[in-house]
Amino acid sequence: MYRLSVAAGQAMVFIVFFAAWEVLVHLLQIKPVILPPPSRIAVSAWENRELLLVNTWPTFVAITLGFLYAVATGFVIAIGIAYSRIIRELTYPFLVAAQILPKIAFAPLFLIWFGFGLTPKIVIAALIAFFPVVINTAKGLTSVDKELLQYMDSLGASGWEKFTKISLPWAMPYFFAALKISITLAIVGAVVGEFVAAGEGLGYIINASNISLDTELMFAAIVCMSVLGILLFLVIVAAERLIVVNAQDDASGASATM
Amino acid sequence: MSKAPGISIKNLSVSFRTKTSTVTALDDVSFDIAPGSFLSIVGPSGCGKTTLLKILSGVLQPTSGTVLFDGEPLSRLKTQGQVGYVFQRPLLLPWRTTLDNVMLTMEVARRGMSRAEREAEARRWLKIAGLQGFEERFPHELSGGMQQRVSICRALAFQPRILLMDEPFAALDEITRETLQEELLLLWAQTETTVVFITHSIPEAVLLSEQIVVMSARPGRVLERIPVPFERPRTEETRERPEFLALASHIRGLLRHRDPVTA
Ligand SMILES: Nc1ncnc2c1ncn2[C@@H]1O[C@H](COP(=O)(O)OP(=O)(O)O)[C@@H](O)[C@H]1O
Ligand SMILES: [Mg+2]
Repeated sequence: MYRLSVAAGQAMVFIVFFAAWEVLVHLLQIKPVILPPPSRIAVSAWENRELLLVNTWPTFVAITLGFLYAVATGFVIAIGIAYSRIIRELTYPFLVAAQILPKIAFAPLFLIWFGFGLTPKIVIAALIAFFPVVINTAKGLTSVDKELLQYMDSLGASGWEKFTKISLPWAMPYFFAALKISITLAIVGAVVGEFVAAGEGLGYIINASNISLDTELMFAAIVCMSVLGILLFLVIVAAERLIVVNAQDDASGASATM
Repeated sequence: MSKAPGISIKNLSVSFRTKTSTVTALDDVSFDIAPGSFLSIVGPSGCGKTTLLKILSGVLQPTSGTVLFDGEPLSRLKTQGQVGYVFQRPLLLPWRTTLDNVMLTMEVARRGMSRAEREAEARRWLKIAGLQGFEERFPHELSGGMQQRVSICRALAFQPRILLMDEPFAALDEITRETLQEELLLLWAQTETTVVFITHSIPEAVLLSEQIVVMSARPGRVLERIPVPFERPRTEETRERPEFLALASHIRGLLRHRDPVTA
């Protein structure tokens, strides 16, 4: 009963937000070019549905590939950092420094390096999504309870057994906390990539409609981006629920680092 | 099952070096643990009891001195799959159910067992420990005492030749403790197992052991090695006997003396 009313309340917040938007735009007579009301955005989205759908696909591909590259390389490097002192001491300062850089600023450079199209988008998405995975996963793997590893030692466990039975499951909440940050960053990366170096994709549509002052289409594209982002995020949450026991309770232990 | 191992500890010293200082946890400790015997260690907090068990399990290296396991220098290879260790904390894997936690030791140390055999054995021990019905629960759903019982089941389930128990019953209520004490003695009598048992409870040490090692406060030294002669089975009635009470009060007296020289 309580949960139900909370859900209803949460839905109300969204409804009030869009209703207020609609009403205020009409009351204050704001020009649609500046800020179209939600109703006109919906109409534009419907009229341009084919254009939007066709352009959602390349954005989706760029996000997903960039994200997967980031996760795969980030995970492997995190293992290196956690298990090799040399790798840790050599690479950690570099990673921390690189993490602070505004990587988005490299987007125009990647246009020069990788040309126009899919590659620069994937590279930017992967580059900014990479750091949370490395840093958080390494933190998870190195924060394993030392006595648990001693317990495994007392049983005569191999290094592989300690990794698969203790360290890896221990690091999972940290890993998933990182994935949730990384997927949102990958979306930002892919869209910025499309701003500067693409002739297709939702980022391109946003850019192009900006130039043609079609603010309604621009908002419609932003809505598509948001829906895509939420869906990808939910996929990760679902995977987390499946893999991490007590996902909701344990996540508090693993604070994610950007 | 092969014969229980004997352990011989000679001039064992352990120091921990921290950033600011060096802590001597154990100082020149020597004693023997006969094969198949039940030995208890009592001593004040911080006297190095846990450190000693970690050395015996092979997970910690001594600073100096030797430990012979079955007459040969102790090594992880030598003790592999033979040591059942109950840590002072339950140390359960939070992502595993009670049943899967108990099966961990068999997965690692008894690879020959099939999954079904492991599961049957785990269920049997959980039943003995009064945890029937909690097989599918996760550690955070159990009380501290229940978690510790799971940890004990996990150590017993793979039938190790030597059992190292670090204050295993400290967190349990009186009745559960007595049940588990009886089960432990039964198991020890039926199998060839050497038990090294740390406790804060002097009556518990006297009731269970064949020999008691009393240790001094930091740095940990052996104050006295006391044989416990009472015949078995030891019952409630044993606890009330004058000899039992005299022995317990002798140990209490040893522990009260802070200065090992006067003890
Ligand atoms: N890993 C460690 N690093 C530094 N000091 C330690 C470590 N482990 C134990 N000690 C110190 O060694 C002493 C003995 O500890 P311990 O064996 O846990 O005692 P007990 O189990 O008898 O209470 C204590 O003073 C403790 O602080
Ligand atoms: Mg201790």
